[in-house]
Amino acid sequence: MSEQSLQKAPGQALPTGKQIVIAKGDLQQIFEALGAAGYTIVGPTIHQEAIVYEEINRVDDLPIGWTDKQGPGHYRLLPRDDGRFFGYGVGPNTWKKFLYPSQLTLFRTGRNGDGFVTNSEQEVPQYAFIGARACELAAIAMQDRIFLEGAIQEPHYRARRERAFILAVNCTEPGATCFCHSMGVGPVNETGFDLALTELDDTFLIAVGSDVGADMLAGCAWRPAGTFELDKARLCLDESKKKMGRIMETTDLPGLLYDNLDHPRWDETAERCLSCMNCTLVCPTCFCVDVQDVSDLTGEQTERVRLWDSCFNPDFSYVHGGNIRPTIRSRYRQWLSHKLASWIDQFGASGCVGCGRCITWCPVGIDLTEEIAVIRGEQI
Amino acid sequence: MTATYTKNHTTAAFDGLLDPMLPQTATIKRIQQETLDTATYSLAFTDPAVAERYRFLPGQFNMLYLPGIGEVAISISSDPGQPESLLHTVREAGNVTGAMARLKKGDLIGVRGPYGSAWPVEMAENHDLILVSGGIGLAPLRSAIYHVIRHRDRYKQVTILVGARSPADLLYQEEYETWREFNIEVVITVDRADESWRGHVGVVPMMFYKLRPDPRRTIVLSCGPEIMMRFVIYEALARRIPKDKIYLSLERNMKCAVGFCGHCQYGPFFLCKEGPVLSFDRVEPFFGVEEF
Repeated sequence: MSEQSLQKAPGQALPTGKQIVIAKGDLQQIFEALGAAGYTIVGPTIHQEAIVYEEINRVDDLPIGWTDKQGPGHYRLLPRDDGRFFGYGVGPNTWKKFLYPSQLTLFRTGRNGDGFVTNSEQEVPQYAFIGARACELAAIAMQDRIFLEGAIQEPHYRARRERAFILAVNCTEPGATCFCHSMGVGPVNETGFDLALTELDDTFLIAVGSDVGADMLAGCAWRPAGTFELDKARLCLDESKKKMGRIMETTDLPGLLYDNLDHPRWDETAERCLSCMNCTLVCPTCFCVDVQDVSDLTGEQTERVRLWDSCFNPDFSYVHGGNIRPTIRSRYRQWLSHKLASWIDQFGASGCVGCGRCITWCPVGIDLTEEIAVIRGEQI
Repeated sequence: MTATYTKNHTTAAFDGLLDPMLPQTATIKRIQQETLDTATYSLAFTDPAVAERYRFLPGQFNMLYLPGIGEVAISISSDPGQPESLLHTVREAGNVTGAMARLKKGDLIGVRGPYGSAWPVEMAENHDLILVSGGIGLAPLRSAIYHVIRHRDRYKQVTILVGARSPADLLYQEEYETWREFNIEVVITVDRADESWRGHVGVVPMMFYKLRPDPRRTIVLSCGPEIMMRFVIYEALARRIPKDKIYLSLERNMKCAVGFCGHCQYGPFFLCKEGPVLSFDRVEPFFGVEEF
C-alpha cells in the first residue's frame, strides 16, 4: 500500500459520495458481505472462451489477468501480465439476463372443470451485480424508463430491479468496438450504483453510491482517497475516452434516419446481414419479447411463458395474412431506426449506449457506426 | 442517459396482482355468426367486481386469451355506453381466432384490457363525420357508431361508407336500417357483386365521389386494410380535409398490449399505447413506406 496505512472502521457509516481506497485483496470482503446479506453474486467469469456474467462465489472467479480483443465479428481472450481484476471490456452477456430473463413463466393456468384459474406467484432472486460498466448502467436506466416509468409498471422487472445491488466498475480499458463516450454515457459511472470502483495499480478507488453500498464495506480496511488516487483515476478515465475504438456522430439521428428510410444502404447491408438476431440478443437495451403458451400433454396445465424475441425474427411482424417485414432490408432498417431514432421519440434518449456488442457479435461484422456514417454521406 | 428511477432496496416481493399480463375470466354469453368466417362474441366477466369497474372508449381493444393456444388483440365492437355487454367481432384468421371459432356459448375465455387510443369522438362533436370501413374494419368503428347514435344531437351530418369483398362478407347488415333511422347515411359497396346484388360495386374509397364534404367541419374515421386507407386518405385530402382530421386505426402484431413487447412498434409509436387510432398527420412520414 502507499504512504498512508489503512484503517479498519467497522460500523462507521460512510456517507454517499465519499471516495475511499481499499487494497485489491479486500474485494473479497465485499463479496463476503454481499453473501452474508443474502445476495446471489453475479459477475464476469470465463466460460467457453468468453467473459460472461454468471453466478460467482469468490473474487478468484473473476477473469483476473485476462483481457479481450474485440473487433467487428471478432472476440478473443488474451492473458495479460499485470493481474488486473477488470482489465477487459464487456462480453456477450448483459445484465438484462438477470433483470429481464430470456425465459420467464408469467403465470400458470389450470383447468378446473369450469374454466381456468391463474396462479402467478413468483420467487424473486436477489442479485448483486459485480463489474457493471457505465454503458451498462445507462442501459439499466433506460430499461427502468421503459418498464417502470410509464403508466404501467412491469412487475417482474421491478421486483428484480428493486432488490439488485450494483457494484459498478469505471472502464479504463475500452475496446475497439466501444463508443460510450460518443453516446454521452461513459466511461465514468456517475449515478445508479451502490459502489463504483476504479481499478488502480495496487488499489481500488471506491465511490460510495448508497447506504447499502456503505454497509457492504464494513469488513474492509479503508482510508479516504487521496489526491494521488483521485488524480490517477481521473487521468486513466480521461485517457479511456480517447482510446475508444469507435465514434458515433449523434446529431439529429431521428431526422437522419426518418429522412432516409429508402436509402440504398439498406439494400447493401441486407446483402450482408444474416438476420441472425445476435445484435438484439447482446444489446443491453433491446427488450422485445414474445409470449407463448406451453401446455402439458393433457392440456390440463398451461404455462404462459415470456421469451426474448427479436425484430430480426421474420414472424415478429406477423399479422393475419403475412409478415409486415418479410425482407432482411426492412428488418435491419426497423432495428437501426428504432434503436437510434424512434427510441428517442418513445423514451427520451437513444436506445444505443455505445457498448459495441452488436458490432463485436455480428457474425459478419456489421458496424452501426459505419452504417450511420454512410447514411450521413461520409466517406468510409 | 442518467438514472431517473430511484430504487429502494426494501421492496422485496413480486406482486402478481399488479401483473398487467394476467387476464380476467369471462363467459361467452352469445355467439352470433356474422359471415362465413366471422362471428361476434358477447362476453361477461365472471368476477362481478371486474365487470362493475370495466369501462372502455370507442376504438379501444382487448387481449383475448385461450389457455394453451394464445392471445390475440381484438377491437371492441359494442356500445361504450353499455360496458357490461362486451362484444368482439372476430374473423377466423390465425391460431387463436381459429380456436375461438370452435368455442360455444358458456365457454370461458381470458380477457385483459381495454388498451389503446380511442376514436376522437369528443373532438368530433359539432362536426360532420365520415366513417370508412373495409371488411372487418367496421368492427372497431361500430363502437363509435353506437356512441354517435347515443349522442346523435352532438354530431352534424354522419356518413358511413362500408366496403366488403362480396355481399356475403358484409358485417352487421341487420343494423344498417337502424343506423339510417338515426339520420345516418349508410353507403354500401362490394368489390365483387353476385346475382342478387343491386348496390354499388367498387372499392370503398370510390364512394367519396358521392360526397361533398365541407373540409372545415369534417372528420374522417377509417379502419380497414392499409391499402384501402391509403386511398381513403387520398380522397379525403383531395377534398381538402386536413391531415389532422383524418383518423386511422392501424394494425400490427401485438403480444403484450402495454408497450413492453415491442411487436407493434410503428415509428415513434407503439400501436398498443399511442395507437391503434392515430391521426394521419402523425403517421404520414411512415404510412407509405414499404414494409415499415
